[in-house]
Amino acid sequence: MDFKQLQIGWVKYMNKLVEDGILDEQYKQLQQLQDESTPNFVLEVVSLFFDDSQKIIYELERALAQPIVDYKIIDAYVHQLKGSSSSVGAGKVKEVCVKFRESCENQNKEGCVFAMQNLNHEFSRVKHNLQYLFELEQQILAAGGSIPTIMLSQ
Amino acid sequence: MSSNSNTKLIALVVDDNKIMRNIEVKLLTKLGVEACEVYNGKEAVDLLRDENEFDLILMDLNMPVMNGLEATRLLREMGVTTRIIGLSSQASEYVREVFMEAGVDDFVEKPLSHTKLASILTKYFKN
Repeated sequence: MDFKQLQIGWVKYMNKLVEDGILDEQYKQLQQLQDESTPNFVLEVVSLFFDDSQKIIYELERALAQPIVDYKIIDAYVHQLKGSSSSVGAGKVKEVCVKFRESCENQNKEGCVFAMQNLNHEFSRVKHNLQYLFELEQQILAAGGSIPTIMLSQ
Repeated sequence: MSSNSNTKLIALVVDDNKIMRNIEVKLLTKLGVEACEVYNGKEAVDLLRDENEFDLILMDLNMPVMNGLEATRLLREMGVTTRIIGLSSQASEYVREVFMEAGVDDFVEKPLSHTKLASILTKYFKN
């Protein structure tokens, strides 16, 4: 396929992710940090986010399955995930983390279980979408094009 | 302070989260600042105990072993006058106050962006 078509597809896909709140302005900031000296900066940071989040989600599920739930431990994990998701611009994951922490604060196990389900859902969604975006980028580069530049909202 | 108008500023990023460290180091580099990184407050204190070559410290709040408040207090007690900017995703007035009481020069809400960092550099290092 012509790289221009791929670039148009990339922009549409990216805009949809921002429109749906899956990604936010911070992700655009990340993209602007990528340059010739670090051409894979976004991929590297996002891969770290995927790995870290996967580990945290595993620990959260384990902590929630205990007969006596330690809300402090859960809150610490969710706080970590909130920070990471906010740094990479994973907007929906961050939103779920905020609600998760509210449930922790209220020691509301039902709320925490519900938030856990949402977290799994949103994390899978952003991971799937970003992986697709990276695949598109590889196709654009392979076709001789460059990744489109996106503007930050003022 | 290590730098003068002819040399690059040097910053220390203190954060336990590798993702945030990577982003903060990259932001600093983009703005022409040389950056080093450590994992927690204790590592920062140990590093600055031996030698202080930094013009700026970006200090996270919540970290294992030693948090940002304790590290800032210790650094000030050691006589470190380097500009310290407290960072946290908890942007409450309370967090700002405790950070300021600990001895930071300023407080910025995470995530750090190009605009936020540029305004810190302009505010404290006009040249």
